[in-house]
Amino acid sequence: MSFRVTTSEVEAIAALARIELDGPEVELFARQLGDILGYARELQAVNTSDVAPTAHVAGSQDTERPDEIRPSLDRTSALQNAPDAWSEGGLFKVPRVLG
Amino acid sequence: MSEAASVRGLREQIRSGSRSATEICREALATVKALESSLHAFVTITEEHALKRAAEIDKDPRRWRDKPLSGVPIALKDNLCTRGIRTTASSRMLESFLPPYDATVVSRLEEAGAIIVGKTNCDEFAMGSSTENSAFGPSRNPWAPDRTPGGSSGGSAVAVASGMTPVALGSDTGGSIRQPAALCGLVGLKPTYGRVSRYGLLAFASSLDQIGPLARTAYDAAVVLAVIAGADPADATSTPTPAADYAAALTGDIRQIRIGVPWRLLENGVDPAVLQAFRVALDVIRARGAVVEHVDLPHAKHAISVYYLIATAEASSNLARYDGVRYGYRAPNTADLGSMYARTRRLGFGPEVKRRIMLGTYVLSAGYYDAYYLKAQQVRTLITGDYQRAFDQVDAVAMPTTPTAAFRLGERTADPLQMYLGDVFTVSANLAGLPAISIPCGFTQEHLPVGLQLTGRRFEEAALLRLADAHERDTDWWQRTPELGI
Repeated sequence: MSFRVTTSEVEAIAALARIELDGPEVELFARQLGDILGYARELQAVNTSDVAPTAHVAGSQDTERPDEIRPSLDRTSALQNAPDAWSEGGLFKVPRVLG
Repeated sequence: MSEAASVRGLREQIRSGSRSATEICREALATVKALESSLHAFVTITEEHALKRAAEIDKDPRRWRDKPLSGVPIALKDNLCTRGIRTTASSRMLESFLPPYDATVVSRLEEAGAIIVGKTNCDEFAMGSSTENSAFGPSRNPWAPDRTPGGSSGGSAVAVASGMTPVALGSDTGGSIRQPAALCGLVGLKPTYGRVSRYGLLAFASSLDQIGPLARTAYDAAVVLAVIAGADPADATSTPTPAADYAAALTGDIRQIRIGVPWRLLENGVDPAVLQAFRVALDVIRARGAVVEHVDLPHAKHAISVYYLIATAEASSNLARYDGVRYGYRAPNTADLGSMYARTRRLGFGPEVKRRIMLGTYVLSAGYYDAYYLKAQQVRTLITGDYQRAFDQVDAVAMPTTPTAAFRLGERTADPLQMYLGDVFTVSANLAGLPAISIPCGFTQEHLPVGLQLTGRRFEEAALLRLADAHERDTDWWQRTPELGI
């Protein structure tokens, strides 16, 4: 089934997904997402009136446990993989947020 | 396969004291080293860690001798967190990530005496069906090195099929254990959703992901499953339903077990050699007393569409955490936070991961949500209902695991949709949360392995393993090994 995703749609989605793309990638994804979504449009022919959606198949009920304090990751370990961190202060560092 | 190279054989050697864990470990590491350059099963080989663990086991036989996996070398897919051992998910994004904790399956394996010899190559973040999406290069199929081992747990399949380790763990979101098991001639089991804790598994699609074993025999898979299965307070989706004694279920008695075959689903697109091997496997099972009949799964043909909408939607959310702040790669020299995020994700993720994040973001975005994501969730309900009805009639559903045997490296990389369509028989077990196993059931004329897939009722892994073991007793496909020139 032919289906078109435009390059401006791809650019809008890339902005939402926080992924920088170059021109050729935008073109490529427009074509490939169009192919995949075009294929998936076959679902439109399936009658789903009165069919509830399935979000998960865990099949479990809510369970309770005592609200007890348990050990968790210490701050040094939590920071050890950060690309930039101020370990004495216990903080992750990021580039400036406001201009 | 020599008996000595199986979990059963190694466990006996440790128990009787005829070989030490260190000897077994050194032998496994030597095989890894001899074959790694030609097959590329691993991202990281943990030689030092493994030998240290083996020495601990040898030093205290009273503590370790009777543990279910005492001294057994195992390979772990590199999306399972190992404390202090690099865990990359085959992504640049996590190239130097050192987890501060172990996945629950990892601590359970080590408590059971298993020795981790390395972290295996996979498609980046488990997204793919060939390991060609690894940032560190593809793995190669031991049966035909110009072909893929399948994926995404391809490295784990290569490690077991080439005799590096008797067992490995993989993860399966849409077939990523069963498809490489089929393409490499192994047993691969995706347990029921909730059977095995995912704590410490790098999340791809949380309503679908499960961890499971790849092995040479049903028995070895059963022993590993018994070790890793069971409730875990750290994973709210893990079930309180107790795990069974899976090895004890392997009685060989499959009389009156009813097997359903959805013949209509197999009418198009299945390679004749695969179909032929599948029919022979059904004859083998029938000859042992099982009953084979037709079953209808009218919505299973929609499973690929449903899967690739739901899995990518969940992935787009799960992979939002890779933003260059708390762990992983960060792009250098960016002007502000927003451009740091976008460039980090540009440089840290490979093309397939970006494609899936984009697709998932698209189907969740305003205006498209109902037409794609909600529709897919509704058809997921119908697919699950098909299986529920089928299991009123039969005890297991049989299909080929894949429509074709192993394909050539590069053959499907240019067309992502073509790659996705190969997952047609595996994805529905994930959508319905059911256990499914792939077992070796023959070879094509080009000597490529073919897999039989059996899907069962929720939490009935024991029934699938019993069928797998019964089929093994009457065939020798599983005993064949690839020629590796060592």
